[in-house]
Amino acid sequence: MFLKQVTLALTATTVLAGAAMAQDEQVRIGVSIPAATHGWAGGLNWHAQEAESRIEAQYDNIDIVLVTADSPGDQASDIEDLISVQQIDALVVLPFESDPLVEPVRQAKEAGAFITVVDRGLPDTSIQDVYVAGNNSELGSVSADYMMSRLSEGDNIVILRGIPTVIDTERFDAFMAGIEGSGINVLDDEFANWNRDDGFEVMQDFLSRFPDIDAVWAQDDDIAMGVVEAIRQAGREDEMFVVGGAGMKDVIQGIMEGNELIPVDVLYPPAMIATAMDITVANFTSNGPVQGEYILGAPLITQENAEQFYYPDSPF
Amino acid sequence: MSLASAGTDRLRGMRIDLKTAGPLVALILLCVLGYSLNPLFLAEGNVSNLLTRSAFIGIIAVGATFVITAGGIDLSVGSMAAFIAGMMIIVMNWAVESMGVSVGTVLLGIGCSLILGIGAGFINGFLTTKGKIEAFIVTLGTMGIYRSLITYFANGGTLSLDSDARQIYRPIYYDSLLGIPIPVWVFIVVALIGWVLMNRTAFGRYCMAIGSSEHVARYSAIKVDRVRTITYILQGLCVSLATIIYVPRLGSASSATGVLWELEAIAAVIIGGTVLKGGYGRIGGTVIGALILTAIGNILNLTEIISNYLNGAVQGVIIIAAVYLQRGSFRAGRKKTPAQ
Repeated sequence: MFLKQVTLALTATTVLAGAAMAQDEQVRIGVSIPAATHGWAGGLNWHAQEAESRIEAQYDNIDIVLVTADSPGDQASDIEDLISVQQIDALVVLPFESDPLVEPVRQAKEAGAFITVVDRGLPDTSIQDVYVAGNNSELGSVSADYMMSRLSEGDNIVILRGIPTVIDTERFDAFMAGIEGSGINVLDDEFANWNRDDGFEVMQDFLSRFPDIDAVWAQDDDIAMGVVEAIRQAGREDEMFVVGGAGMKDVIQGIMEGNELIPVDVLYPPAMIATAMDITVANFTSNGPVQGEYILGAPLITQENAEQFYYPDSPF
Repeated sequence: MSLASAGTDRLRGMRIDLKTAGPLVALILLCVLGYSLNPLFLAEGNVSNLLTRSAFIGIIAVGATFVITAGGIDLSVGSMAAFIAGMMIIVMNWAVESMGVSVGTVLLGIGCSLILGIGAGFINGFLTTKGKIEAFIVTLGTMGIYRSLITYFANGGTLSLDSDARQIYRPIYYDSLLGIPIPVWVFIVVALIGWVLMNRTAFGRYCMAIGSSEHVARYSAIKVDRVRTITYILQGLCVSLATIIYVPRLGSASSATGVLWELEAIAAVIIGGTVLKGGYGRIGGTVIGALILTAIGNILNLTEIISNYLNGAVQGVIIIAAVYLQRGSFRAGRKKTPAQ
């Protein structure tokens, strides 16, 4: 019995060494992300937890500390604690806001941690070793391409935007550049704050205002869900279609089933946090270099490929 | 301080009209503005949307009028609404799984909502009166608790009602009775009951007495703690009613549900002429306050002339202007202003 265990342990060590585990010492990785205050962030938290348990099960010497923050100030304190109390070897951070978090992350860097920045980039890129992000501009242009494939000159669309931030502006500008010259009319755009209730109300008002709408660009799935209810209430399902964004499971399920009101979605995956964590782990386990920028694609999700983006257990 | 004397002073002139009609004047001005920006503002469909939308904040604000009149404040209503909505959905989904779908499923959800609303209101009231903690702190605490609980139960995402149950429940938001949407009927009934309670019963007078001076009320043998607790229970009941008509709208609840409703409800109450420090409450004004708040957002959506980035600023200006209409010293003209 004892012998068997020793042999197993030995085999395990050999396998790990084979996977280029140069260090035997413990590696502690701190992961700091915003708390689950809306759908997308809920998905982010879920995928971070999934990645944590998967990575810890895979590597004995890697310990992941996941902390969530309610505000940029909170997050700065979290990072200070990760440095001083947890003495992390690497930090994976999705900043609440870019500017206020430059200094806390710089301190982590100066304390010797490997830095991975996710989604919202820091203005000073020299701090980061790895940058992983979705592509907001591509989300806008892919949506624009789809609109142009379905609509023709003189057709009318309305746009529901998110919260006035860089993310929203990048999406919006790329979309407007994409449809430029196509003859598609943008009747109006309003902010719906990445929120279902606001999406519902703004769409109700668009519907009372414009008798002829051919398509809606909601650029977010939460907004799109509200928009759909407003269209159903007005009984105008047959007149238009809706394009959201992100990859919420309810929307993807609808696409798999051939929903005509939301026929496609554009991916902006909260699972990018897992990608970032894997790359950070690779820095300690792989013999290849990992430093650099990783920009994930924003593919169009259609009925054909929807299944590969469907996470039925995720809250988002 | 001398509301009574200021009131009698105004009785002598025409000014009494502006004092009570101030919010109404503001609403009418706003409607004229809305109509001139886009005539569709007064189209039947839009008016119906606007009234239905204002029902949530309006119903909650009727409850808030009692709390504020009695000198309290409730910051937890938005989180409470989200929490109750989430629990209703969980209970109804559970009922569908174990018993199948029927009208009973929806009734169970409604019952659950009423119990939770009354219970949550009682907790706020009990901690404020018996626990002797300031209402601001108690309700700030419960606000955080309910918001975290809904996030926890939704696993950070969104709770969605079973689609079959939703089909049965949907008419409560989307159907009309005699051409008026059901949520608006609920709003009307809640407002009427609130008006009678405030203006025609001893309870309403007690609320105003306690808000004016708690000590005097105590010496006048008013059961201050009991009346205060009842105002919070009424508030909880109103939140529960608002949630009952909210859930069928989107059939979902998440941590983003009801964010900042507490501030909108308090704003509606104050725009309507109720005094924030207590002692004087107007249910009719509160109803108009809720309509004004909803109309601002609606008008901004119907027009293109104002930059989207300035929506909040326009809202701020109109709210301040509406309150100035009824309180501003300009009404006293160049004569001596009565002590205020």
